[in-house]
Amino acid sequence: MEAPAPAVTAPAPKRGLFEFSPLNRRRLRNFRANRRALWSLRLFGLLFLLSLCAELIANDRPVLVSFRGEIISPLLNTYPETFFGGDFETAADYSDPVVRCLIRTGGNIDGCLDESDGLGPAQTVEGESAGWVLRPLIPFSYATVDYEVATAPSPPDARHWLGTDDQARDVLARVIYGFRLSVLFGFGVTALSAMIGVLAGAAQGFFGGWVDLTFQRIEEVWSSMNTLYVILIISSVLAPNMWVMFFIFVAFGWTQIIGVVRAEFLRARNFEYVRAARALGVGDWRIMVRHLLPNAMVATVTLLPFMLTASIGLLAGLDFLGFGLGQGYPSLGELALQGKKYLQDPHLAITAFLTFAIMLSLMVFVFEGIRDAFDPRKTFR
Amino acid sequence: MTEPLLQVRDLSITFRTEGRTVRAVDGVSLAIARGETLALVGESGSGKSLTALSTVKLLPDTAEVEGSVTWRGHEMIGADARSLQQIRGNDISFIFQEPMTSLNPLHTIEKQIGESLALHQGVTGDTARARIIELLTKVGIREPESRLGAFPHQLSGGQRQRVMIAMALANKPELLIADEPTTALDVTIQAQILALLAELRDAEGLAMLFITHDLGIVRRVADRVAVMQAGKIVETGPVAEVFDNPQHPYTRKLLAAEPKGRPGPCPDGAEPLLAGEKVRVWFPIKRGFFKRTVGHIKAVTDIDLTLNRGETLGVVGESGSGKTTLALGLMRLIAAQGRISFLGRDIQGLRGSGLRALRRDMQIVFQDPYGSLSPRMSVAEIIAEGLGVHGVREPGVTPREAVARQMAEVGLDPATMDRYPHEFSGGQRQRIAIARAMILKPEFVVLDEPTSALDMTVQTQIVDLLRDLQRRYRLGYLFISHDLRVVRAMAHRMIVMRQGEVVESGTADEVFDNPRTEYARALMAAAFNLEAVEGVVAD
Repeated sequence: MEAPAPAVTAPAPKRGLFEFSPLNRRRLRNFRANRRALWSLRLFGLLFLLSLCAELIANDRPVLVSFRGEIISPLLNTYPETFFGGDFETAADYSDPVVRCLIRTGGNIDGCLDESDGLGPAQTVEGESAGWVLRPLIPFSYATVDYEVATAPSPPDARHWLGTDDQARDVLARVIYGFRLSVLFGFGVTALSAMIGVLAGAAQGFFGGWVDLTFQRIEEVWSSMNTLYVILIISSVLAPNMWVMFFIFVAFGWTQIIGVVRAEFLRARNFEYVRAARALGVGDWRIMVRHLLPNAMVATVTLLPFMLTASIGLLAGLDFLGFGLGQGYPSLGELALQGKKYLQDPHLAITAFLTFAIMLSLMVFVFEGIRDAFDPRKTFR
Repeated sequence: MTEPLLQVRDLSITFRTEGRTVRAVDGVSLAIARGETLALVGESGSGKSLTALSTVKLLPDTAEVEGSVTWRGHEMIGADARSLQQIRGNDISFIFQEPMTSLNPLHTIEKQIGESLALHQGVTGDTARARIIELLTKVGIREPESRLGAFPHQLSGGQRQRVMIAMALANKPELLIADEPTTALDVTIQAQILALLAELRDAEGLAMLFITHDLGIVRRVADRVAVMQAGKIVETGPVAEVFDNPQHPYTRKLLAAEPKGRPGPCPDGAEPLLAGEKVRVWFPIKRGFFKRTVGHIKAVTDIDLTLNRGETLGVVGESGSGKTTLALGLMRLIAAQGRISFLGRDIQGLRGSGLRALRRDMQIVFQDPYGSLSPRMSVAEIIAEGLGVHGVREPGVTPREAVARQMAEVGLDPATMDRYPHEFSGGQRQRIAIARAMILKPEFVVLDEPTSALDMTVQTQIVDLLRDLQRRYRLGYLFISHDLRVVRAMAHRMIVMRQGEVVESGTADEVFDNPRTEYARALMAAAFNLEAVEGVVAD
């Protein structure tokens, strides 16, 4: 201790929020070098972003309404027809010509009733400015029944770009909402079951011995149960809705990933750096999170896309069989079922096919790129 | 002189990855005559192995090769796969460094040697069997008939290397390329294998290309030596000439790089730091449904030892003699019986947080600087980890400043703290591992073969660093090594272990100058003179 500590200065920490480690930078570079994956990601991202704003694109409620000089948004609030000077206390139906006339004229109820009976145009109420309505691109929501359709299902035309289904609902609107639901459902199921699976696999691999043996046997029994039967039984007791389905999917999905995570932990727990951490007095939990988990992530990431596409496919399959989300949801599987029912209206089947084909292909391409980017042996020029 | 067997002219090997170009071998020329042994020496990464592999085109696909390699006048570069296969294993044979991974774990020895016989000579059945037994006898495997059905895991490291040599000799090659054949072995086994190779060379008239980083081996086995540095041959000539009168500064540096000197004087009247009484680590062997204990693997049996502040206790012995197990037991990283006291306090009964507090004062540095650093953490994170765990915080010093100070102390540039371990060389990584251990200011450090995986020149630096740290902070070291030269440079006192028991102990001077047991004498002979002594050591 004779010499005073040499005067040294630490370099300023330079890692911001979006600063990647060299390893991750290399992966990012590899991913970007894969043009198909990159473009698939861009296209998928765009479609997903659009579907997230589905309410602004396909909705039976206008985005904005100017009524008596005041700008209101029926998208956010529900207004009864009486608000616009109409007779009914129910929510305003903005496709009704009377309601549209009321908004335009600022609440001239008598004039509007005459106008709808063909007795001449209604005048704007004195002292009020003329109102207007900003409607979304597709003026139908996924559940909107269009009563002007004479025969349902109706083929594509200028009013319904992809036609309507057998309940006169706009197919394009249902595809947009259904895409969003499928993707969100798939991501949610995958994220939650991966999280549970990683935790369980990590505990098994890290502690080994009896913990491992016991858990393995439980998982074997659990995963040998037939998911479809369980869903059939549960849907006969509970009314199927999205949350019930979500938890059934997670309950049977988490076992898929345990194997690889367990193997990675078993392998890495005897590495010298883990022993070194133990010698430093690092606790079990911290060793698992800081030292072992990053190594298990590569294996996890390569499995995730399979889980994601599988859960989307399974959900659609169940909807197709009629055991899925049920009536209240914009389900792509139901669209496929209608396609099968109405073979003389091929727009239904073609739309369902193309939606699935594009959605799943894009995802597979993206994940293929991610998997290759994580592969240390692949080099891209 | 007749035409050389193997002639390499202006060989260059280039790797291109992600836009970077690495010239691993740069204009190398060398020749080997019949019956001659050429040693290729250099530090890791100097291109020794690549040069050797290029002779039979065993390079990775990404390598771009220029120049010429001729085998008895035939050009090998650009030769077709068929004629290369004729030469590989037939005229030119290889022995690799790792006897563990060079043999297929699922095949018996008979099958592995027989495969090469069947492939190149078409010999099968009883003729092959007779030839295999002859080969195994030649490489010194005892009772070869009973070993034919053995699998690689049933053999010791030395025996595996002998089998590898038998495979290499199976087709009566003319050139044997030995790529660090003894690096992974104990000194005693190394001496045996070297003796075997020399004997076979003389008996069969083999030419040998011997790749190594150990100059002691070169002096013993080679006729001529070529020194490689960064892909170039910087000096070549007969062994005696190069060793006695080195021309190139790099050769001189290599020759001077041997852990030298002695540890600093041991502080007088130092208080005891660690004491073990009848320390025992036995692993039970359990059989049957109820897991009855039917026996024990006696890794460490009833060892007494004491270590004072500022002192180094050397622990030597062959692999499998229980050195590392003893250290882990003393650190309470594995369960051990017996009394262990640290700083006058019995630590056997400590649990949970008491044990964790103890970790601050005891640290360990491992052998493999590649395996002991987490690949996904930056150097700053690795070194600072202990600080966070123990909540150590000097007032007015941020963790990063503490890390920077520690890095400077072990001879690393603090500006590199945000890099990842793979960006550092082996020696630098070992410095990182030392910094991680030292930042907690421990009293006691276990050094588990900290220099074995490093090049000679780097070993010297690490030894100097460890001695310097010990002098400054009065550290107690438990220094484990099978390399007696390093132990000589580090230890004040030492114990010699064999099969889990101490066979000899005393001050380093006593044991080195005047070993009392046969076993210690055999270890010394193997380490300092590369002499094989049969009987007392493993085979």
